[in-house]
Amino acid sequence: MSSRDAVLARIRAALVDVPADEAVDGPRPSEASPPRARVARDAVLPLLVEHLRDYRAVVHEVAPDELAGALAEALRRRGCKSVIVPPGTPVAWIAETDGIELLDDTTPLTVDRLDAADGTVTGCAVAIAETGTIVLDAGPGQGRRALTLVPDYHLCVVHAEDVVASVPEAFPRLDARRPLTWISGPSATSDIELDRVEGVHGPRTLEVLLVRPTPGR
Amino acid sequence: MSNGSAFLGLPAFPGAAREAVGNAQLRHNLRKATHTIRSKRAAVVGELDDWEELRAAGKAVKDHTLRHLDHYLVRLEEAVTAAGGHVHWAADADEANRIVTELVRATGGHDVVKVKSMATQEIGLNEALEAEGIRAYETDLAELIVQLGDDRPSHILVPAIHRNRSEIREIFLREMAAWGEPAPDDLTDEPRVLAEAARRHLRKRFLTAQVAVSGANFMVAETGTLVVVESEGNGRMCLTLPETLISVVGIEKVVPTWQDLAVFLQLLPRSSTGERMNPYTSMWTGVAPSDGPRNFHLVLLDNGRSRVLADEVGRQTLRCIRCSACLNVCPVYERAGGHAYGSVYPGPIGAILTPQLRGTTSELDASLPYASTLCGACYEVCPVAIDIPEVLVHLREQVVEGGGHRAERAAMKAAGWIFADPARLARVQRVAGRARRIVPRRLPGPGAAWTDTRDLPVPPEQSFRDWWAAERGRPTTPRSNP
Repeated sequence: MSSRDAVLARIRAALVDVPADEAVDGPRPSEASPPRARVARDAVLPLLVEHLRDYRAVVHEVAPDELAGALAEALRRRGCKSVIVPPGTPVAWIAETDGIELLDDTTPLTVDRLDAADGTVTGCAVAIAETGTIVLDAGPGQGRRALTLVPDYHLCVVHAEDVVASVPEAFPRLDARRPLTWISGPSATSDIELDRVEGVHGPRTLEVLLVRPTPGR
Repeated sequence: MSNGSAFLGLPAFPGAAREAVGNAQLRHNLRKATHTIRSKRAAVVGELDDWEELRAAGKAVKDHTLRHLDHYLVRLEEAVTAAGGHVHWAADADEANRIVTELVRATGGHDVVKVKSMATQEIGLNEALEAEGIRAYETDLAELIVQLGDDRPSHILVPAIHRNRSEIREIFLREMAAWGEPAPDDLTDEPRVLAEAARRHLRKRFLTAQVAVSGANFMVAETGTLVVVESEGNGRMCLTLPETLISVVGIEKVVPTWQDLAVFLQLLPRSSTGERMNPYTSMWTGVAPSDGPRNFHLVLLDNGRSRVLADEVGRQTLRCIRCSACLNVCPVYERAGGHAYGSVYPGPIGAILTPQLRGTTSELDASLPYASTLCGACYEVCPVAIDIPEVLVHLREQVVEGGGHRAERAAMKAAGWIFADPARLARVQRVAGRARRIVPRRLPGPGAAWTDTRDLPVPPEQSFRDWWAAERGRPTTPRSNP
């Protein structure tokens, strides 16, 4: 008997008390009832900003037509000479980055090139206000996972329409088959006397540009 | 080293705990740490007014999954395989270690980077690999401290909780050079500086690693997705950069659907680190084109879990999501520390999980169900509502039935003989009453340990039964209630 069959046989023997006709694929509490709205709609964006800042992310709120300027300004303020721009990044975002080298990852950059870059600019798939979380799904404008891991600085553009209030609301918007990275603030550790230290192996600085909807639309 | 086998041959809980309680530095470190996380947890749990509903949902999803575990494991296997991963089944620790060793060998590599994982500690994977000439490098900061210090983990979430900053500085200065990049000479004991030293120590290793070994916090049967929850980014490094990824995961970690995962991503961070969300969570499904490892192997580990499943009371233990909230509120853990539990699973959850996984044949494992005051604080904070006191009492019954403690067995046998006959009981009570002036303050023989910390009650002059007979003027005969 293979180990697979042996383990499954042991499990089945252990479950003799479970009625044979008990429903298997029926709805469970997490699916049967829709998530309760804990946050009022107009409180969602302020809550995201508050919670991102709580975990030491730097946050700027910008109007859509201010994005290119704010993005270039953030890179200059940080002193970035070269930044990684994932395939599929909207050209409008990087229209004002004169003088900063933009590294294209269409042909994957080597790990050493990633390590030598000053930062990475990405978008995101979803952001969650209740937890101050940004989720990347490796889609256009986000790139493979290593891009937001190896460089020490991550600048992330979040559009208001991609912001949900709570964790359960994020799941239907995400495709489990894609590699997903949930980011809540810069990397951190509390392993030494539970003193929180920001920045261990991942980027030590997370900066977010939150693009508000155009007023009147 | 951080492993399962290092725990073999340790003394039973009372002996180990006595030593720990005498260590003032350890008690200070533990008290500070557990009280800090405890209040952080309470604050973020208080932010969600439907916490109890979430907790009930977590319990219900896990119970349902466990009752159909075979079904969901087969679904998981299909989904992982369809996504380009390879699934292996390991009946016990030896088989899991053998599978991982062979997979690493097949890559031609001689070292692996590791993400903090309870399952691989449980099976003693690092030692098994070492014996085959493969070196495992722990990359979580606390696991690194434990590995460099040739130490044992003492907490599920913060395994080096028993070490303070100056001890960590000394370990780094002394040991880092032998494992890779040495610590800088001007290393201070500031946590920020120590974390920076760990970053530099591991950086090159991450960027050049060929094989990584991880566990997983959750596996989704519906999609074949694995989930690792972490803080430092060492997990992301291991899960993303190497060519080959091997994940060793207990069979109880499966949840049915993608949406079910939402429940646990709300419960775990708040219960564990006391954060709304941990800094990084990675989710991957098989192999992704041009992103991350080219080879993915999932090793499904039984190692006693199917035995736990067979016990209808003990089964709930498998709901555990390893948050460690129960450690942080436990008065026994706070004083005795993690090492006294003699297993990678310390605290209240360890006191029920270890004896079920390993059986209660050794003196250490038989002593674990008694490493509790049954105060119930662990049950109150458990995000999946495991009734730890219930399981503790259930396991104590098993220990007693299996022979139990010798003095206790003799005492219980005598008590049984006395209580079995009312006349016999009355005679014993009268004798005890008359002898009350000569009752010692301390019991002799094996009972001495019991009276070290307790006052021996002085028997009353008159038993209740005699008092009742005297007051009501009739003999004490049983009567039926109206």
